[in-house]
Amino acid sequence: MNEATLRAAPLADDSAWGGVSWALARDLKLALRSRAELGVQLLFYVIVVTLFPLGIGPDPATLRALGPGVLWVAALLASLLALPRLFAADFADGALEQIALSPYPLPALVSGKILAHWLATGAPLVALSPLLALQFGLEGGEIGVLVTGLLLGTPTLSLLGAIGAALTLGVRGSGALLALLILPLYVPILIFGAGAVESLRAGLVPGAQLSILAAALLAAIVGAPLACAASVHIALD
Amino acid sequence: MLVAEDLAAQRGNALLFEGVQFSLRPGAAMFVSGPNGSGKTTLLRIAAGLTRALRGRLVWDGSAVDPFASILRAVTLFIGHATALKDELTAEENLASLVSLHGAPAEAESLSAALSEWSLARQRRLPARALSQGQRRRVALARLRLLARPLWILDEPLTALDAAGVAALREVVGEHLASGGMAVIATHQEFAPVGGTSLSLRLQ
Repeated sequence: MNEATLRAAPLADDSAWGGVSWALARDLKLALRSRAELGVQLLFYVIVVTLFPLGIGPDPATLRALGPGVLWVAALLASLLALPRLFAADFADGALEQIALSPYPLPALVSGKILAHWLATGAPLVALSPLLALQFGLEGGEIGVLVTGLLLGTPTLSLLGAIGAALTLGVRGSGALLALLILPLYVPILIFGAGAVESLRAGLVPGAQLSILAAALLAAIVGAPLACAASVHIALD
Repeated sequence: MLVAEDLAAQRGNALLFEGVQFSLRPGAAMFVSGPNGSGKTTLLRIAAGLTRALRGRLVWDGSAVDPFASILRAVTLFIGHATALKDELTAEENLASLVSLHGAPAEAESLSAALSEWSLARQRRLPARALSQGQRRRVALARLRLLARPLWILDEPLTALDAAGVAALREVVGEHLASGGMAVIATHQEFAPVGGTSLSLRLQ
């Protein structure tokens, strides 16, 4: 083989999509190869949710009242548990340098990574939620609203969490710092997510809360990759 | 052409170097040497657009470039200390992933040819965690010719390489220079490519 011609990277107009799909394909492949780690996070979610009925007792009215809040808090904690995976491994083995120096735009590559992270950690959690909601005696309509809320809310958690994960790169004890940094940002998502089920119970339409969750998701999709890219640049400097 | 004007860098509070300037024309390689801690890696990271210089500026083909500038990213291939291989992927998947990250097609044929060239034909389907340090370095270097970017920035590329690996790298770098490429290489060892112009820069 003899490729003597030097060439700059071909930068097409759709290079952003190229970046998203590169990162998405690679990170999903890596996630599939390390399924055990993902299982731990999912199991953590199941166990935390299951501890509450055991601790509170079998009173159906109490369980039903607490259910949505417990599921949301457990989803928040489980999402936090998986966050350090997002950038730390790539930072340690030098892959993040290569990603930042790629001709693809960094926000696009970061978006792909976050999407893969949500598909590997957030989506299974949402899928498992209806089953866990049954433990708390939630009814069909309530479960529907809960799952819709989680479906809109957990990607926002991944996007916001990614900013924290990128900001704490290379910091010692970054796990605890990440929790302190990110949990306050999760509060609005928790309030509107759990509130959607409450408003259904009060006989109202939960559309308002779900719309706010959707709006937060859209804002995070636009803003979070840019903030992550800036933080990655700072971490590599 | 890559030009560095009056570069200075610091790590922590200590000044690593100042007043570093060079100009690298097509067909030339610059070898950066100096004792440990003299700032070789920092200089290479500045040249690759990863780190901001304390003072001075970097100019590519007449226009000043900031760190992570897209014109610099499009022409540069940086291979650092860390090999950027993922343990979970095979040697071939790692190479494919690193090649396609730079927007180049990763065809099975050219991948396996590149791996054979670096004597990794038998390790093609081994996960990277089963490779030795020298083999990992070879996988990282295998993308040099596949991507054929004009500017190569190699930080200690000889680390963990055996004599045959060093010879292969000499040849690949020599060919690169002969076809009008440029290279900035930090190294402790004597390493002169076959052909091309060699500059040397010694940091104190």
